[in-house]
Amino acid sequence: MDLYTISSNFLFAAFILYLIGTLFFGATIGQKRQQNIKSKSSKIAISITILGFTAHLSYFIIRWFASGHAPVSNMFEFIAFFGMMLILGFIIIYFIYRETVLGLFALPIAILIIGYGSMFPREISPLVPSLQSYWLKIHVTTAATGEAILSISFVAGLVYLIAKVDQTVRSKHTTWLEIVMFFIFATAAFIIVTTTFEAMNYQSVFTQELNESVRDIEYHLPALIEPNSSELKTEGAFSTGLEAPEWMRGDEAGSKLNTLIWSLLAGFVLYGLTRLILRKRVAAAIQPKLSRINLDKIDEIIYRSVAIGFPVFTLGALIFASIWAQEAWGRFWGWDPKEVWALVTWLFYAAFLHLRLGAGWHGEKSAWLAVIGFTIIMINLIVVNLILAGLHSYA
Amino acid sequence: MKKVKCECGHINHEGTVLCEACGKPIEENQHIDNNDKNKLLNMRYDGSARRSQTKKRTIVDKTWAFFSSVKVGVWLIALTLIAAALGTLYPQEQFKQSRLPSSQFYEQEYGITGKIFYQLGFHNLYSSWWFITLVALIGISLVICSIDRVIPLHRALKNQKPKRHEIFVKRQRFFSETEGVSDKDREMLIQNLKNRRYKVREEDGHILAEKNRFSRWGPYVNHIGLIIILVASILRMFDFMHTEDYVWVREGETKVVPTTDQQYYIKNEKFIYEVYDRNDERFQEALKNEEFDVPSNFQTNAVVYKVKEEVIPGQEPELEEVTRGEIRLNHPLKFDGYSAYQSGTQLRSEYETISFSIKNSDGQDVGDFNFKPNVDKRKYELKDGYNVVVTDYYPQFEITEEGPSSSSKFPRNPGIIFEVNGPNGHSERYFYLNEDIVALSEDQQFNVNLEDTKLITASGLTIKKDFSLPVFLVGAIIFMIGVAQGLYWHHRRVWLHPTGNKVLFAGHTNKNWYGLKNEIEQALEGTNINMVNDQQEKF
Ligand code: HEM
Repeated sequence: MDLYTISSNFLFAAFILYLIGTLFFGATIGQKRQQNIKSKSSKIAISITILGFTAHLSYFIIRWFASGHAPVSNMFEFIAFFGMMLILGFIIIYFIYRETVLGLFALPIAILIIGYGSMFPREISPLVPSLQSYWLKIHVTTAATGEAILSISFVAGLVYLIAKVDQTVRSKHTTWLEIVMFFIFATAAFIIVTTTFEAMNYQSVFTQELNESVRDIEYHLPALIEPNSSELKTEGAFSTGLEAPEWMRGDEAGSKLNTLIWSLLAGFVLYGLTRLILRKRVAAAIQPKLSRINLDKIDEIIYRSVAIGFPVFTLGALIFASIWAQEAWGRFWGWDPKEVWALVTWLFYAAFLHLRLGAGWHGEKSAWLAVIGFTIIMINLIVVNLILAGLHSYA
Repeated sequence: MKKVKCECGHINHEGTVLCEACGKPIEENQHIDNNDKNKLLNMRYDGSARRSQTKKRTIVDKTWAFFSSVKVGVWLIALTLIAAALGTLYPQEQFKQSRLPSSQFYEQEYGITGKIFYQLGFHNLYSSWWFITLVALIGISLVICSIDRVIPLHRALKNQKPKRHEIFVKRQRFFSETEGVSDKDREMLIQNLKNRRYKVREEDGHILAEKNRFSRWGPYVNHIGLIIILVASILRMFDFMHTEDYVWVREGETKVVPTTDQQYYIKNEKFIYEVYDRNDERFQEALKNEEFDVPSNFQTNAVVYKVKEEVIPGQEPELEEVTRGEIRLNHPLKFDGYSAYQSGTQLRSEYETISFSIKNSDGQDVGDFNFKPNVDKRKYELKDGYNVVVTDYYPQFEITEEGPSSSSKFPRNPGIIFEVNGPNGHSERYFYLNEDIVALSEDQQFNVNLEDTKLITASGLTIKKDFSLPVFLVGAIIFMIGVAQGLYWHHRRVWLHPTGNKVLFAGHTNKNWYGLKNEIEQALEGTNINMVNDQQEKF
């Protein structure tokens, strides 16, 4: 086995361990808190999580050896690292607050994140000259660590909201919470759909004429929507015949839109089935299981993870990023979309801190802010990279 | 100024909510922090008098109060954040990568929303007056809010006495009452607190234990850092702090370094372009799918010269080498406060030499000539009395309505018309374009062949001088110190207040109550003192 394969196996092992860990964390809820600290299942759960993290770290180190550079240089590597730091953040918070219920949410979210990242090309790619700087590794790893710690506040916020939001009547709050749930389902659906068709080796090719040049476009999912002004080349392949709107001209705009539609549709199916089975809102179904948690403590975790994550994020995403940009391009700040969204994230969490301290936004309000903050982080990771691609465009 | 004297003897400033020394609420000011409606005291800024809360008469007072409000600060931050995000909807003008003028580009590319984006001026959002105003308002707010709080807070923390008023102790969030506390309990408590690095002060049996007071200054330190950064960005607008320009230097060429008052010259000795080996084991998988080679290095080997003496107009300046080195992406070359960055390349895009060989009518070789577009020489002597004269030269050849012409002065696609003259007066005309030679004269006797062409790379260098960088760096470091100080440490205090046969015990922290509770639990271990209740939960 070569190093690359070994490292990939470690990542897979981590993935499985996190799944098992989730089950054990699931077994801890509902128990009384005091028992639960000592209870066997929480001990097993955190041990498995730590083991998973060790496997994850091994993946990282071995891949570093294999490629000769820190594996944070494309979408897959970056997301895998982000997931790893999310787990690390959880482990640290666990040992401060001993809140097992957090694991029940943190682990699945990490699993989804790692799974999502694995849908991008996984080969080891060489570093283009602009990325050949040790400041890059320092910048990317610190920024991702900061984002991961900030994401813990989202995990805690989600727990808080599921436990707190009044589910007896329908309200704005229940609706928004279900929307958050839906996006979690849609991410899972994206992974399932992509993996399924990948396993089937599904491929169809379209030819597109643009500006008098003809190019081939590959689809790896059946075409619910074709690239704009294109024709199906693969005989017998499925296509609805619908076309992407004209303004979507990018190389992969059609295929990305197609993937998005697939994910949303499959997400609806998954979410719909779950609701049919549960016969109530997803959050309402989870709520009774969280009846015993100490909401004040969860609230404290929301704040604490922002308080810890904010300086780390500032250092990585703004200061180290500027130093690197200065070395690479001679300009420490250039208003490219990735930079702007780092600034937006930073301003947002600054507002979060001020609202909490100055306007007394605790509890539910803080929890909602944590959800919005995570949304901004995800926008920066996904939307900006895939759609608004600036200088930093990965993958 | 009106002063308020407390019963403990301390003289407080007008508008003080809690006596700086003993903490007793000052009756008529309780509305300021809403203490009259609350069981618990509002401990922010320790109840010290803040200008913004005290004076509300003149326009200056009102402006001051406006900018020192956190609510206003958060609004400014939120507006800036939203504006910044909006600007990424479509590319900013500098990133648009299209030859179309902006007035057409946004509409053509993105339709009606693009047109609106352009018309609102969002294509230059970050340099628009209103965006800059927003940022400036944040700056003003930062200065005012910090001054408003830091001075009074400093006074209150400096003057606080271990002996507090009973009301102050009772109305803390963490509070307990215990009867029958022995001296041993007290000693134990003090020892426990000292073990946890609390600073313990005593006065008439009253105890104040405090730790991490310095963390209270965190926000102000970080705000000062931010202010320094904003000041740096103002300084950067001036030429003495920051200049920037761009220069193309061809291989072998020496150019004046712009922005240096003609004082420096830079020579491109050689340009190196490298790509990844497709057979590299590590990257095979990834490179298999790449249509083009993946570059691994762009590098200019450069020499920097400085002009030695006063330059006499019309004369070549005398140059002295200052430094030489490799300029690569991520590795600028630095000299005397300037930095040269590898910013662009026109890879092998211009002709340095085009070599021809010529045979006469007998098939005999009469010599070669090397046409160098960038060298002024236009006449070449060959053997046996033959010569070549270049009559027309178009660096970047194109045909327009007026005939042949050149679209630039760079030899990217040279067109050359030249005459070959024999010793006996016979002359023929040829046209060279695109590695091809066309004879223009009829009845052709000579034989002209293209031997070789040599292409060179033009290297694009950004030349920067930026003395504002250290100021930014200092601001950033101060900011980080302040944030860490305020967020990783917490100011914790506990008070022990004997009264009659009882002992009152209270605790306060500016954040992380969970941590304080744990610490109090540990500090009370082995003593008879009751664990504190969280009075907030109760009320
Ligand atoms: C981008 C801009 C800003 C950043 C990054 C920033 C950062 C911070 C941070 C990290 C804290 C500490 C928060 C905590 O301990 O939880 C803080 C506190 C504070 N900030 Fe800012 N700030 C900014 C702008 C402002 C503005 C415009 C105001 C104006 C009103 C302001 C007023 C305050 C106040 C009053 C505190 C609380 C101090 C205390 O109660 O101890 N900040 N700031």
